[in-house]
Amino acid sequence: METPLTKNIPTNGDGPLDLKAYEKAGGYESLRKALRMPPADITELVKKSDLKGRGGAGFPTGEKWSFVPVGADAPHPKYLVANADEMEPGTFKDRLLLEGDPHQLIEGMIAAAYAVQADIGYIFLRAEYTLAAERMRKAIAEAYDDHHLGKNILGSTYSFDIHLHVSAGRYMCGEETALLNALEGKRANPRSKPPFPQVSGLWGKPTVVQNVETLCNVPHIVNHGPDWFKSLSHTADGGTKLYGVSGKVKRPGLWELPMGTTVREILEEHAGGMREGLKFRGLLPGGASTDFLTKQHLDTRMDFTEVQKAGSRMGTGTMIVLDDHTCPVGMLWNLEHFFAQESCGWCTPCWSGLNWAERILRSLEEGTGQPGDLEKLGFQTKINAPGHTFCALAPGAMEPLQSALKYFREDFEQHIREHRCPWK
Amino acid sequence: MATTIYIDDRAYNADPKQNVLHACLSLGFNLPYFCWHPAMGSVGACRQCAVKQFKDEKDKHGKIVMACMTASAEGTRISIQDPEVAEFRAAVIEGMMSNHPHDCPVCDEGGHCHLQDMTVMTGHDYRRYEFQKRTFRNQYLGPLVNHEMNRCIQCSRCVRFYREYAGGRDFDVFGLRDQVYFGRQADGILENEFSGNLVEVCPTGVFTDKTLKQHYARKWDMQMAPSVCVHCGLGCNTTPGERYGTLRQIVTRYNSEVNGYFLCNRGRYGYEFVNSEHRIRASRLVRDDNPTNLTKAEAIERLAPLVAEGRKAIGIGSPRASLESNFLLRTLVGRERFYAGVSDDHFKLISTMIEILRGGPAHSPSLREIELSDAVLILGEDVTNVAARMALSLRQSVRQQPMQIADKMRIPLWDDHAVRDALQDAKGPLFIASPAATNLDDVATHTYRAAPNDVARLGFAIACLIDKTAPAVSDLPVDLWTLAEGIAQALKKAHQPLIISGPSCNNEAVIQAAANVARALCAVGPKAGLSFTMPECNSFGLALMDAAPLSQAFQAVRDGAADAIVILENDLYRRAPAPSVDAFLSGTKDVTVLDHLLNQTAAIATLAIPAGTFAEVDGTLVSSEGRAQRFYQVFVPEGDIQASWQWLRDVMAAAGRQEGTAWQDIDDVIAAMGAAIPALAQVQKAAPGAAFRIVGQKVPREPERYSGRTAMLANISVNEPKPPDDPNTPLSFSMEGTLEQPPAALIPFFWSPGWNSIQATNFYQTEIAGPLRGGDPGVRLIGPAAQLHGTYFDQIPAAFAPSGDEWLLVPLYHIFGSEELSLSASALAELAPKPYVAVNAEDAKRLRVEAGEQIAMKVDGAAYILPAKIKAELPPGIAGLPAGLPGLAGIALPARTVLEKEGEPLHSS
Repeated sequence: METPLTKNIPTNGDGPLDLKAYEKAGGYESLRKALRMPPADITELVKKSDLKGRGGAGFPTGEKWSFVPVGADAPHPKYLVANADEMEPGTFKDRLLLEGDPHQLIEGMIAAAYAVQADIGYIFLRAEYTLAAERMRKAIAEAYDDHHLGKNILGSTYSFDIHLHVSAGRYMCGEETALLNALEGKRANPRSKPPFPQVSGLWGKPTVVQNVETLCNVPHIVNHGPDWFKSLSHTADGGTKLYGVSGKVKRPGLWELPMGTTVREILEEHAGGMREGLKFRGLLPGGASTDFLTKQHLDTRMDFTEVQKAGSRMGTGTMIVLDDHTCPVGMLWNLEHFFAQESCGWCTPCWSGLNWAERILRSLEEGTGQPGDLEKLGFQTKINAPGHTFCALAPGAMEPLQSALKYFREDFEQHIREHRCPWK
Repeated sequence: MATTIYIDDRAYNADPKQNVLHACLSLGFNLPYFCWHPAMGSVGACRQCAVKQFKDEKDKHGKIVMACMTASAEGTRISIQDPEVAEFRAAVIEGMMSNHPHDCPVCDEGGHCHLQDMTVMTGHDYRRYEFQKRTFRNQYLGPLVNHEMNRCIQCSRCVRFYREYAGGRDFDVFGLRDQVYFGRQADGILENEFSGNLVEVCPTGVFTDKTLKQHYARKWDMQMAPSVCVHCGLGCNTTPGERYGTLRQIVTRYNSEVNGYFLCNRGRYGYEFVNSEHRIRASRLVRDDNPTNLTKAEAIERLAPLVAEGRKAIGIGSPRASLESNFLLRTLVGRERFYAGVSDDHFKLISTMIEILRGGPAHSPSLREIELSDAVLILGEDVTNVAARMALSLRQSVRQQPMQIADKMRIPLWDDHAVRDALQDAKGPLFIASPAATNLDDVATHTYRAAPNDVARLGFAIACLIDKTAPAVSDLPVDLWTLAEGIAQALKKAHQPLIISGPSCNNEAVIQAAANVARALCAVGPKAGLSFTMPECNSFGLALMDAAPLSQAFQAVRDGAADAIVILENDLYRRAPAPSVDAFLSGTKDVTVLDHLLNQTAAIATLAIPAGTFAEVDGTLVSSEGRAQRFYQVFVPEGDIQASWQWLRDVMAAAGRQEGTAWQDIDDVIAAMGAAIPALAQVQKAAPGAAFRIVGQKVPREPERYSGRTAMLANISVNEPKPPDDPNTPLSFSMEGTLEQPPAALIPFFWSPGWNSIQATNFYQTEIAGPLRGGDPGVRLIGPAAQLHGTYFDQIPAAFAPSGDEWLLVPLYHIFGSEELSLSASALAELAPKPYVAVNAEDAKRLRVEAGEQIAMKVDGAAYILPAKIKAELPPGIAGLPAGLPGLAGIALPARTVLEKEGEPLHSS
């Protein structure tokens, strides 16, 4: 089984490869190859590979790039932004790549930037990732020293700079347009789309925002071609995927596996199944803002299409497992507290609805829930449906809630009936 | 080109360059909204204007979209009535209401609250949210705007207006989730000159009018009438409201060509002078220093013989009195004995400006046209402090050229934040040449700080760089040529270039230079606009009346050619140095003043007559654009107060003059005025005559729900008094009358069923943000003649050279403080600066003064001691003196004067 994304990451706790070691391991090979290709050919390669965005939405990467204006009259500077603001609850996959192999991200960014002829790159990094910041800074400096970044990369006519920007720390900044506002030093409210960032992005210029894991795939696609990339996967969505498991399992962790590995395999073989004495009740497959899957979905293949068929989303591919000794209502309160707190306050259904939902969940946990509360919660999931709100934050926040109301309704009702949390 | 869109399965025409909310409101649909504003566009924040959109006829499922974020593309198919989307809209209100206090009965917004209206409209009527509401600490924001954050529904309109539209910096949005806070970093006076608009922009009671709070009345309880602002020359349209004989507030009266949706703070809050304790409320005779009150009949009887035929009375007109009052005085004393009540300098400058506008080829643009200009040159004006509302238009004008960026990306111009994100800080050309910094400098491409003569020289240089046949400027430094070249190029490249100048520098060359630039532009291609600010609300109108300059009146008295003086709404101590006014007023036995306030002139008049303010009388003013606009009496004042023109007509009648009995109402006066003065012949088209009726009915000044009519005077008499007649206008002092929409000039207030807030304006427009139905009020009296005449001005002044001990003292203007009437509005007086004299740091060093230390100076023989203010940008040798402040008002500026540190003369003489 090939693990292109993590093959260079030391498992013994050592720091990441430095530039020399990275190159010795075959790193920056794609750069030499890419710089000899017409930029459009790289986009074409990525398109053919069926690489889909790993940040959660699964938008085809090559297609995204093809919207960037190119040619002599295209506006400049153009920007490439690596979205490293990994704040989705339960998600820690990009952290591994950032801390474990920073040069891979740089290489991926250069290849992607070259494809869209971007001039300037930013890594927008989650504030808490201080180790990643330190390692990225060092890697960027090495890359500059060796002419992998800056003017005339490796003697070519192509120039590209990368800046590391450490976020002030808000979940909202992970939304690509809010991220752009934050980068511009503005309030991190999302922007209206259209226009998409590829047309009017950072400082009004064409911009591609791409998740860290997505970018890390690019050098391998350039090196080995789309057919190889597709062959890594069990399903139609190409490549490998970093899958993570948290919750009360035996071995919580993160694994690079073929795309389309089943939930059961990840949970039982890699995470070792539930801890002794605990039973599986359900899981959020891809971070907090995805719908619950339950026992009946364990054989679902984790890719963008199959998880959707099961009524959820693969999201970031990092699951949060709910066991039978944990209160689902308490878990939901915890999640909705987070989402309510992180609402930017821009659109009404989100700021009012998330607050309301959080308050109700809290009252259920505190034993002051009332008949009718579940209908109010259900109403909020309806009002905050996709398209009703300005961005995807609130609809995402409603996904675990609406599925919990479906799968764990009895637990909610018990809270109301007994005026207490049965787990306390 | 219109497109067809379908609303609930019916086809309608719509503007493809607009969004569906704009279309729905233009068509008269009740579609609720909050964050969208007709002047500020869409941002999609509140989600209130949700509609169901269908792909095509077959699509029965549809999806919820925001009308404000959906283009009116051909074939767009939406439903407002769809139950799912109607439920969604109610849920949005329910969400807003989760934190909104139930304090409508004690909220100043109640009764004209957009949130109330929209809540009723969506049908949300039952509270399901059972948790505590969030609360905030409110801030002190100064004397104009009250802050009550608990009522906030987080629509972001306030911050969008304050920062993005008006360019303010000291107000922002803080916090997140359901605890977003709109306010300042710390308590303090809102700095922006347009902060008062927050009270209208805010859809609920977060920002309310603090002056209204002092004497509160509900909108439905106020008597209102269409009015025009009297606090500068722009002629912004206003709606004043009155109850119990007190003027309570001013709100914007929409006029698409003039002020649109906004007013400046001077215009909104200046009204308090009407309620001033310094009002002249009865005729006042001063004999041997003892004032006694006269009845109306006694006053008329006293004045009539002084102005009888054969007597030698002279009249001093006023740039802040109506055309009608000036015309009556002119008729009363005779055309040759009618003098303009402005300084001779202003008299000359204003005549020159009007001559230039008459000659063309550039035309004087409306504020809307100014907003659409794509390259602007300002010569010698501090627009924000002199004609504030124009500065707000200029702030939008700098976005015109960069709009191409958005166009190229196919971003619709109504998609406000997308446009702003695409444009970023890109700004079109705006050049400001003036002696001191201005509040538009932050959006200027380039500023040039120089003495008035040098401002003029720059202008002349630009003109000759645009058109070689314009007179050239010799000895211009190279860097100025480069600047002039850059400005000339930017203006030439523009589609709608605009030159702004005016009398603020008191320098004719500046005005002539502006005229040359405009003429040069017209000669080489682009149709240039030329806008001159006017110092007062009827400066333009007075200048059309063939008055003689004030100095000639002074001369007439000195020559013994006058035996009585009648002064119309004017404090001459603001027009000329005190000694000459003293001499003038003491040169005859009889000085009669008709005015509102007991100012310095009225106080020493032998007879002071109570003249009605704009709120108490009818009249016409001519704005700096050359637009004649009618203002209407809002209420009948107590006592003998009436319009100056009514007083003077009554005096004429008493003196046996035929006009005094022939001119029954204002229409008669306007007709006679048009006949006597051809330039004013069109004035009668400014508004319908007194006989106008809608199905036999007058237009009520009071809303239908005006309360307490039978009770409000019951403490005096239990009999309900008959409402006063109004023979002058088609408006009635009553709640009874037509329910139809009146013609635009007669709209006493904006109201539509279900729309009690000022947002009801939507239903009076031909389309949203377009002209009022039947055309915006006002008639333009001036335009370039068909046969263009005039040539380039060629008197190019010498460059300013600082000289030894002498400074050139130039006027510096203050939005609060430089204008006479608003100084008597208590809230604004609080914001006026204290007198000072400003120099730059180098000059201060030469004078050996620090900021705040006293400087002594003499102007026209009068000595002044004023604290020093350091204004870094003032050119060397230029000192600034605040214009119009009490104690400094009559000083003729610019003046050359010696400045000295008080007590330490540089040279002992």
